[in-house]
Amino acid sequence: MSTGEGNDKLLPEEVAAIRELAKRYPDPRAACVEALKLVQSRHRWISDGRLGEVAALLGMTADELDGIATFYNLIFRRPVGRHVVLLCDSVSCWVMGQERLLEHLRRRLGIGFGGTTPDGRFTLLPTVCLGFCDRAPAMMVDEEQHGDLDPQRLDAVLQSCR
Amino acid sequence: MERPLTSNILPGEPPLDLAAYERAGGYAAVRKALKSLSPEEVAREVTESKLRGRGGAGFPTGKKWSFVPSVKAVPAPRYLVVNADEMEPGTFKDRLLLEGDPHQMIEAVIVSAYAISASAAYIFVRGEYRLASERLERAASEARERGYLGHDILGSGFDLDLHIHTSAGRYICGEETALLTALEGQRPIPRAKPPYPQASGLWGRPTVVNNVETLCNVPHIVNRGAQWFRDLGRGEDGGTKIYGASGRVSRPGAWELPMGTPLRELIEEHAGGMRPGFGLRAVLPGGASTGFLTAEHLDVPMDFGSVEKAGSRLGTGALIVLDDHVCPVGMLRNLEHFFAQESCGWCTPCRDGLPWTERLLAAIEAGDGREGDLEVLEAHTRFLGPGHTYCAHAPGAMAPLQSGLKCFRTDLERHIREKSCPYRSQ
Repeated sequence: MSTGEGNDKLLPEEVAAIRELAKRYPDPRAACVEALKLVQSRHRWISDGRLGEVAALLGMTADELDGIATFYNLIFRRPVGRHVVLLCDSVSCWVMGQERLLEHLRRRLGIGFGGTTPDGRFTLLPTVCLGFCDRAPAMMVDEEQHGDLDPQRLDAVLQSCR
Repeated sequence: MERPLTSNILPGEPPLDLAAYERAGGYAAVRKALKSLSPEEVAREVTESKLRGRGGAGFPTGKKWSFVPSVKAVPAPRYLVVNADEMEPGTFKDRLLLEGDPHQMIEAVIVSAYAISASAAYIFVRGEYRLASERLERAASEARERGYLGHDILGSGFDLDLHIHTSAGRYICGEETALLTALEGQRPIPRAKPPYPQASGLWGRPTVVNNVETLCNVPHIVNRGAQWFRDLGRGEDGGTKIYGASGRVSRPGAWELPMGTPLRELIEEHAGGMRPGFGLRAVLPGGASTGFLTAEHLDVPMDFGSVEKAGSRLGTGALIVLDDHVCPVGMLRNLEHFFAQESCGWCTPCRDGLPWTERLLAAIEAGDGREGDLEVLEAHTRFLGPGHTYCAHAPGAMAPLQSGLKCFRTDLERHIREKSCPYRSQ
């Protein structure tokens, strides 16, 4: 998969958007998580180069920002697939048969939690409760929530992801 | 039955826009408060309503506000922060309020910020609630255009800036001091208290952090009065509560009902009872960090005092139902896995103790449990209990474990004795 490491500069419009975000707060560093999310929404993950640029824009050191980036499970510091599948592993989904779904996903995609399919199509990650417990078991794919999952429904969702 | 919080929310329909919200009586509380009441009068009404925090701890809201120093003692700025980082497993009530009626949230922020003389407010929304944050942004920009936000609101001299902050995961961000640390753009670990946020919160300024559902009550209290609010409840706590249920019940969902509605009514009436073929084993009454209740507690009214008397906590009022087809040891292992993973790692008992409980429970579940394991687990419920850590994360994690060691004693002992999980070998 292309990681873009050769050209991992922020685009001028990203720089402008990050400066705009920073204006919401008395201290620009308060915008750091939103800035990382903004970068990630375009590039799917945060490379060292872009992390360093975001840090410099917000008056932080790269290490400081990395300590924050690695704390959050929805900030990716390694390349991920075109679609990120977040399968809820919290208690309501577990009670409703989440383990069976995970088994199905493992077989279907040939990867476990933390893995990316060789074609770069899917990355599979666990997530905590998505607040979709009335439709457990649930998952989130590329920011879309899906509930009442069984293997058939899960396959249908995966098929819709190119 | 009155449902002030959810009366504008229609399943499957988009939320009311500003014009429709106003036609339904919206922003009347802003006009009433800013034009005819002083901040102290708004705060007094909330205190007299006996509104208690709906985020899980149940702290009286008026009292929380009362610890904010006067404007004379500590000049501006000061902040109101809305905790919309709803991540307590099993809980989905704030999502309903944010997606279903975002203008109610915005109005609640304006009136509450006025009461504590805050000039800026932040709504801290968990990253996964993208629809909620989009709808809040839209509602906030409509409110700004209409003059409900910004400079000199309705000619009252009161200014308020509102920002929607979207986060990126991690349960600990919902802990009120970790949330402030997160909002400042630092690694989100909780702070030692005191000082409390009201004295030194966001950027060291006086700050109040309130839960979504808590604040959404405020406009209604301002409009209808403290007495009306108190009378909504069935027991000693006033108001309504958004209860929820997940697990193998016939109709999982969330319902706004009088505070103090009994557990039995929630499960049997609103959730439609257990699914055919499944029996009720136990219930976590208010999210993952509350203790188990069992069938003998079904008549407990779901208010703060009554659930506490029954040995648990109302928490978020989100029932997680354990049925008789699922292994309770597996459920305990799943719960402690969650807490171990979500520990911020700052305090040793939490960082090292929680993974230990998870490993022991996993071993017992897998048939590798040993004599003495249950005693080690019991010791953890003491060493990780209140008073040993900066925040309530580890004590919260111990609530289901401590009660589970009692409720599921026979199951735990059987796993150890028979060296297998009876639920898996079925």
